[in-house]
Amino acid sequence: MSVAEYAREHGLKRVGARPPLIQYLKMAWQRRDFAITMSVFANQAANSKNRLGKWWVILLPTIQGAVYGLIFGVIIGGDRPANFIPFLFTGVFLFSFIQSSISTGATSVTSNLGLVRSLNFPRMLLPFSSVLRQFLNLLPQIGLLLVVLIVFQQNITFNWLLMIPLLALMAIFAFGLALISARLTVHIEDINKLIPFANRVMFYTSGIFFSMERVLGNYPTLLKLMDFNPVYAFISTARGALVEGYSMSPSLWLVCASWAFGALLVGVWFFWKAEERYGRED
Amino acid sequence: MAAKTKPQATETRKPVVLVDNVDVTYKVFASGRKATRRLAGGGLFSRKLNLREVNAVKKVSFTIYEGDSVGIIGSNGSGKSSLMRAIAGLTPIAGGGVYAFARPTLLGVGAALMPALSGEKNILLGGLALGFTRKQINAAVQDIIKFAGLEEFIDLPMRTYSSGMAARLRFAIAASRNHDILIIDEALAVGDQEFRNRSEARMREMRANAGTVFLVSHSMKSILDTCTRVIWIEKGVLKMDGEPKAVVDAYNLHTGSDTID
Repeated sequence: MSVAEYAREHGLKRVGARPPLIQYLKMAWQRRDFAITMSVFANQAANSKNRLGKWWVILLPTIQGAVYGLIFGVIIGGDRPANFIPFLFTGVFLFSFIQSSISTGATSVTSNLGLVRSLNFPRMLLPFSSVLRQFLNLLPQIGLLLVVLIVFQQNITFNWLLMIPLLALMAIFAFGLALISARLTVHIEDINKLIPFANRVMFYTSGIFFSMERVLGNYPTLLKLMDFNPVYAFISTARGALVEGYSMSPSLWLVCASWAFGALLVGVWFFWKAEERYGRED
Repeated sequence: MAAKTKPQATETRKPVVLVDNVDVTYKVFASGRKATRRLAGGGLFSRKLNLREVNAVKKVSFTIYEGDSVGIIGSNGSGKSSLMRAIAGLTPIAGGGVYAFARPTLLGVGAALMPALSGEKNILLGGLALGFTRKQINAAVQDIIKFAGLEEFIDLPMRTYSSGMAARLRFAIAASRNHDILIIDEALAVGDQEFRNRSEARMREMRANAGTVFLVSHSMKSILDTCTRVIWIEKGVLKMDGEPKAVVDAYNLHTGSDTID
């Protein structure tokens, strides 16, 4: 009789075995309170160090927006997109959410090795918690964005409500990417060094501070191709909902939804596949 | 002396933990002189460059039965902690398998806590990390504070605590939950004499409640006091497994300690 058979006969299960996907997701759902509390507390802990505390959540992106506005709108400017400030702020705030979700998601397992080695919980909670953290930071920024919009446009429209499903899709998309980058970083820590460059490339190719239509106006194929760039799709849909003079298209909504659920499915599967490996020292 | 305990037909008690030929290896980038840089060939993408494989646990097998209190002894760096983490499923194993009727739990919660937050928030966080529901941990908060003896300081950030106070809080949180199979690293028994007595009482209680306990310790006295079986690991190999008195005597002979402390 083999040891495995002997174990089975006495009702013993293999320790550390990766549970089937459905069961794994159920376990993760049961432990959601842990992930949520970790996000909320991590934000509080991070803010407690600074004198201005949680105000930095709003101050930082505002300064960032102002700097980009100064550089791309005034110094290089000349060819500014219409309604520039709301245009720019929408782009900068939403982009910084996706960017920070990927970069903190990437290190969510490797920087929590102590936790992984001492407690047992579905490791998926770690990237989930870091994306949730960024999402909690995004919410006051959206509030600020709405204030900016009211100041510049002096008009509130029902289209603003479309931001709710759009933000949900963005969060799902960011979670998917965080899962993928978290596992990749576990295999190859060096990836961590490359993520800032990937973020830069994404920043310059997603029309955060320039109008894609103008820059790529002479290359219609390239412009059409840009519709499949998820970050661009999210940001231009958000502008369509919020900023005067811009419109949404159903096809871009479809692109957003496909990217979101595609990234989620691939991310969950990809991360779960290596569940047993997290915590190993190589 | 039984070097390895295989499932035996004569044993009638129910097995609860089965460790079968377990290997734990770590691959580390060595950066000392010993690294065989020239031999390995080199090159930017050659992982072999400075890679060294450390075999922390080598082909260890044993079976633990219901009601056993197992002492784990061995010198520093002998692979005790690696083995315990492998049993708890926290360190992936390179070979063999560990089987158990419930997930073994390592007593410890320190890694989940955040020094910038108050003691009370850390109790909440640590409790959730241990698998309590929000309701359960809210009900247990007062007991944990009282056990840790930190009533006056519980709303201060944990980083302002003395190391003894922080250790007391960590122990109080970790010990607030009962487990079927429990692994205790005795380094947890910390704090001043009064707290030490309280924590030892609590550990006895946990041992009584848990079906099976592993106790990792360098104190032969507490091993002899509480264990019904002792496993001695040396350099990653199971050196001896059997009656506490016999194994501890052999271990003392090996280390050169003349008497039991």
